[in-house]
Amino acid sequence: MGILWMLIAPAVIYFLIAGAIQNINSTGTKDINKPIPWVIIITIFTPIAVGLMIFGFYAVKGEYDKLPESSEELN
Amino acid sequence: MSTQASAKGIGKVIFSSSLGTLIEWYDFYIFGMLAKTISVQFFPDGNETAALLSTLAIFAAGFLVRPFGALVFGRLGDLIGRKYTFLLTLVLMGGSTFLIGLVPSYKAIGMAAPLLVLLLRLIQGLALGGEYGGAATYVAEHAPEGRRGYFTAWIQTTATLGLFVALGVIMAVKNNMSDAAFNAEWGGWRWPFWISILLVGVSIYIRLKMNESPVFAKLKAEKKTSTNPLKESFGKKQNFKMVLLALFGAVMGQGVVWYTGQFYAQSFLENTVKIEFMQNREILLWAIGLATPFFLVFGALSDKIGRKWIMLTGMLLGVIFYRPIFGTMLKDADAKEWMQENISIIKSDTITKYPSPANNHVIEVTTQYKNNSGNIFTRISADTLLLSPFPVRNEVMNDSNPKYLDKILSTPLKWKFIFLIWVMIIFVTMVYGPVAAFLVELFPTKIRYTSMSLPYHIGNGVFGGLVPFIATLLTATFTADPLVGLWYPIGVAALCFVIGALYLNNKIDKEIND
Repeated sequence: MGILWMLIAPAVIYFLIAGAIQNINSTGTKDINKPIPWVIIITIFTPIAVGLMIFGFYAVKGEYDKLPESSEELN
Repeated sequence: MSTQASAKGIGKVIFSSSLGTLIEWYDFYIFGMLAKTISVQFFPDGNETAALLSTLAIFAAGFLVRPFGALVFGRLGDLIGRKYTFLLTLVLMGGSTFLIGLVPSYKAIGMAAPLLVLLLRLIQGLALGGEYGGAATYVAEHAPEGRRGYFTAWIQTTATLGLFVALGVIMAVKNNMSDAAFNAEWGGWRWPFWISILLVGVSIYIRLKMNESPVFAKLKAEKKTSTNPLKESFGKKQNFKMVLLALFGAVMGQGVVWYTGQFYAQSFLENTVKIEFMQNREILLWAIGLATPFFLVFGALSDKIGRKWIMLTGMLLGVIFYRPIFGTMLKDADAKEWMQENISIIKSDTITKYPSPANNHVIEVTTQYKNNSGNIFTRISADTLLLSPFPVRNEVMNDSNPKYLDKILSTPLKWKFIFLIWVMIIFVTMVYGPVAAFLVELFPTKIRYTSMSLPYHIGNGVFGGLVPFIATLLTATFTADPLVGLWYPIGVAALCFVIGALYLNNKIDKEIND
């Protein structure tokens, strides 16, 4: 499943960029027609998507097979 | 050294923490709820810069500044302590809210008005990002073992109760004056902002009397606090992987379920179903009021059976039932169906518009009807009077696309809607009630504030806050299905459910003092 999480991340960014290209329109009045929301959303979503890829990578590596049971294990 | 409060002590801790957090939510919500009036006063149509600032105020405060606030104040909370950090966030939030109510309008001071409002809104977002982690951590670190879910659930009620108070205050002010007086430059819309300073003053007084979290105080006395919470939270793989798991396996789904049940439902009733303004708020107030105790029920239940499956069940129920619930509301309030029944006219007005003597005239007929079941609604149709030649000779009733709005549901139907919204808020209570205890138990004391704040605010602020934007995007792309916008929260909740089911642990961590 880890590979699936790694693939979802770039797919989300692709759909956001495609959505921006398709919907930004100087005559439109909705938020989806303005460039600023798209810039903010893509800016904030890119590191989140990278996080999802790292999560997938950790999952593939078996990092979540056994979760830590005390804080000592996190240090 | 005892790190747990007595029964009386924990009551005080919960009250003082929850009151402040509730007020912060109230402050954050009133801006959104009064967005239309604020827009008229500070971001007038036709001015491109003002429009840009308005968009920034809406999007940057929720998406960019909230997670940033989580980092800034989370770090502070792990360095200097919980008490002073969430005191600071309260002062910033209350101060900026009060000042928004004092900013003169665009008409009076020009571009300075939207700039000031944007700045204050960003401070609000920053403060909100820092508040929750502090309050949840503070309560959890006082709570007795085995009841952490129940006690932190009180903090979880605040986001919903803040909405309840904000709705109630705005309705109370609006009910006591005319629309013109409410929307005037220095009118009633400013009162909810001014009231905030009183609430914040009381809360600051109470919070000043509180002690530092015993768990953090012990850590500090032993000089074991973190020197660089950001690096330890996100730079160390062992902890960072847990941050990612918290975000993608729990908080991401929680954020969309929370937003869909409490906010998207309200905007759907207002903008798609076209329920009348006051009745829409009444429905939400009842549903919230009746569902709020369930935060505590599910918080307490999570102490017995674990946090994981309660949260994931809430997400799964959302995935299964969102479309049927929203579809039922749309169908039951379909005025076109009501027009087929026996209906009576309550009143009717006709306005004739004369664009120019040479053009055809347009008449707009506004009729208020009542159907057999007691539902009241307004139908507006625009018809054309053909001028050939002048004066009017032919009348063509182009009644093809009438608008139905201001629907006032009959009492039984209103209660059905209250029930449906209540059900969705029950899903919220399932995912949201245990989540504070879940997050607190996931991270060690010395970096707890930082580590739990960021995923929480990305989950709620970004994933939850995007619900209306993505819903509009989907509706604009797939125009045939009025419920298509729901696929975003359904998809995110489903993904989170699968990740949570696969990787989360249902075990309750009884020892959080480490």
